[in-house]
Amino acid sequence: MDLSYTPEEEEFRAHLREWLAKVLPGLPPKPSPDDWPGRRAYDLGWQRMLYDAGYAGLHWPADAGGRGATPTQHLIFLEETEKAGAPYVGANFVGLLHAGPTIAAEGSAGQRARWLPPVLRGEEVWCQGFSEPDAGSDLAALRTRARRDGDDYVVSGSKIWTSHAEVADWCELLVRTDAKAPKHRGISWLAMPMDAPGITVRPLRTLAGSTEFAEVFLDEVRVPVANRVGEENDGWRVTMVTLSFERGTAFVGEVVACRRVLGELAREARKNGRWDDVPLRRRLGRLNAEFRALWRLTQWNVSESERSGGVPGIGGSVFKLSYSRARQDLYDAAADVLGPEALDLDSPWTLDRLSSLSYTIAAGTSQIQRNIVAERILGLPKGR
Amino acid sequence: MDFQLTDDQRALRAGVRELLDRRFGREQLRAAVDAPGLDRALWRELGEAGFFALRLPETAGGVGLGLPEAVLAFEEAGRALLTGPLVATHLAVGEVPGAATGESVVAAVDGTLVEWLDEADVVRGDVTGAVAMRSADPLTPLHRVPRVAPPDPVAALLTAAEQLGSASRTCELAVQHARTREQFGQPIGAFQAVKHLCSEMLVRVEVARGAVYAAAVTADPLDIATAGLLADEAAELGARDCLQVHGGMGFTWESDVHLHLKRAWLRARRGQSAAEAEEALAEDLRIAAPGPRT
Ligand SMILES: Cc1cc2nc3c(=O)[nH]c(=O)nc-3n(C[C@H](O)[C@H](O)[C@H](O)COP(=O)(O)OP(=O)(O)OC[C@H]3O[C@@H](n4cnc5c(N)ncnc54)[C@H](O)[C@@H]3O)c2cc1C
Repeated sequence: MDLSYTPEEEEFRAHLREWLAKVLPGLPPKPSPDDWPGRRAYDLGWQRMLYDAGYAGLHWPADAGGRGATPTQHLIFLEETEKAGAPYVGANFVGLLHAGPTIAAEGSAGQRARWLPPVLRGEEVWCQGFSEPDAGSDLAALRTRARRDGDDYVVSGSKIWTSHAEVADWCELLVRTDAKAPKHRGISWLAMPMDAPGITVRPLRTLAGSTEFAEVFLDEVRVPVANRVGEENDGWRVTMVTLSFERGTAFVGEVVACRRVLGELAREARKNGRWDDVPLRRRLGRLNAEFRALWRLTQWNVSESERSGGVPGIGGSVFKLSYSRARQDLYDAAADVLGPEALDLDSPWTLDRLSSLSYTIAAGTSQIQRNIVAERILGLPKGR
Repeated sequence: MDFQLTDDQRALRAGVRELLDRRFGREQLRAAVDAPGLDRALWRELGEAGFFALRLPETAGGVGLGLPEAVLAFEEAGRALLTGPLVATHLAVGEVPGAATGESVVAAVDGTLVEWLDEADVVRGDVTGAVAMRSADPLTPLHRVPRVAPPDPVAALLTAAEQLGSASRTCELAVQHARTREQFGQPIGAFQAVKHLCSEMLVRVEVARGAVYAAAVTADPLDIATAGLLADEAAELGARDCLQVHGGMGFTWESDVHLHLKRAWLRARRGQSAAEAEEALAEDLRIAAPGPRT
């Protein structure tokens, strides 16, 4: 067991820090949360800067346009960018963290050449069209169907809770290509252009008041058969690859962010006198323990995936369960530190508290993660 | 960075587990419950196997390993519910003659409690006015002392390792039982209410494991405080949930669950209290460097 970084890793960190210190002060001001075109432009601009500096797709394999960096280097990247206050991946989340890696792992050479470079260069945004009104936790119950017509699939149905759909160029879309097959067998994974005729995007307002996600209606949308990643009706297996990326590495930077937020909360409490409230102060100490431990668990998981060749394991569910609750506890503690101010929608704490509520739902609810841990890690029998 | 066990560390862990399975398995554990007392022969065997002298330099006749290895050995001790003043004797090596080889049994004051006072050859700390208690843990005799001894960070870390071992053992016991016990025509582990208890047990174990192993590598006081807080909780709640999964059987003297629970309560009294650990970790936040907010 070794927590020290190699000289190469330290050198990588030093260069990254130097670069961040140079470029971050020149960034344009952050757009407001409701300005989606502005947010897209901002996030893509940041991605372009990363690309030009050679930091794009750090953890992607070299033959997919990435740098083939080790999981530890990727960890350092997420840690340092977060510590420096660099922009969050934002609109590039799906492309960089799961659609891209899925195409890199499962796509043909032509598909990799078509879709991966624009993600890395900050030219195209992806969204995730998995969930449907009647297929959330039971994702394989999806009904959006695709009928073959010549070289195209003709897709009809609807998707829901699609984050960033308003500004996306592509959608990783799950469709049913065989209605008669058992439910996990008849699914295919398609890359759908979001400007195709027949697509209607209806933004949904979240409880935080913003429009983070949308409903997507698909009426006879033509998607070339060539856009299918993996075999026809083998989409569930491809989806499992996607989900392992989504749950495996997606939250690393956020642990660092929560540790910083906690430090800031402590300063806030010192300023407003709540620091003298002993139970509240101890709650903050306890949260410090939880986020320290989550950081160690992150280092443990990263080292494990480094040894096993890079693909994150199902240990991601263990992490997500613990992290999503700790994050909500953090913002609940923040509300007690802030007092009445925690009801002010102009306070960033309030918005962050509201958005923390999504963490036990998005990317698989806590109940579903517990089923996964119980059945796939502990080997308990499936319920009937 | 390679925060995983080395091959040598895996081998050490397997070796300790094998020794304890052979010398302190289920039967010996239950025999110890029926006839309390320290098994001197086992103590010497532990000494021969290097359990106490693990961190003593080779030049001084020890095994010459470090804190991470000691933590792995104590984790196994916690799994097996191994009895005796293990931590106190381990820490006395190099200072108390015979501790390294298991010839001497060393007890120590921790907080306001002393474990194994009457059986010990040497007692460290001030035990004037010690009063025997009827110990809640049938495997650990206890005395109360009037004066408080300050906690030792290494003792706290080794205790956290024992708690971790106990927590992962009770998780295993719960899962085993949930797979085999049937109700309503199926194993109870097929019911989500049971499944979710078990998966939360594992989550607490894995989060605590990261904290305990990291503290073993850094020996940093705040890392140790973190490890203690989370390992205590994993062990106490793990034993409770394990009891729940076992139903009425779990509430019997015959089941081992209560032995884990009582020992977890006892260990949680060692070293820093939860409140002290939380205060130290809060203090760490106060002095944290300011950073930008996104
Ligand atoms: C902020 C946000 C962003 C999202 N972004 C996207 C996106 O970009 N693309 C996308 O495809 N999806 C997205 N989602 C959807 C998300 O993946 C689903 O909301 C989630 O999987 C739950 O599905 P559901 O909403 O249909 O709830 P349901 O499945 O209806 O669940 C309702 C409740 O029942 C419980 N439940 C259901 N089944 C079980 C079971 N077997 N055992 C125990 N409890 C169960 C659930 O835990 C939950 O508490 C997003 C969601 C949120 C909140």
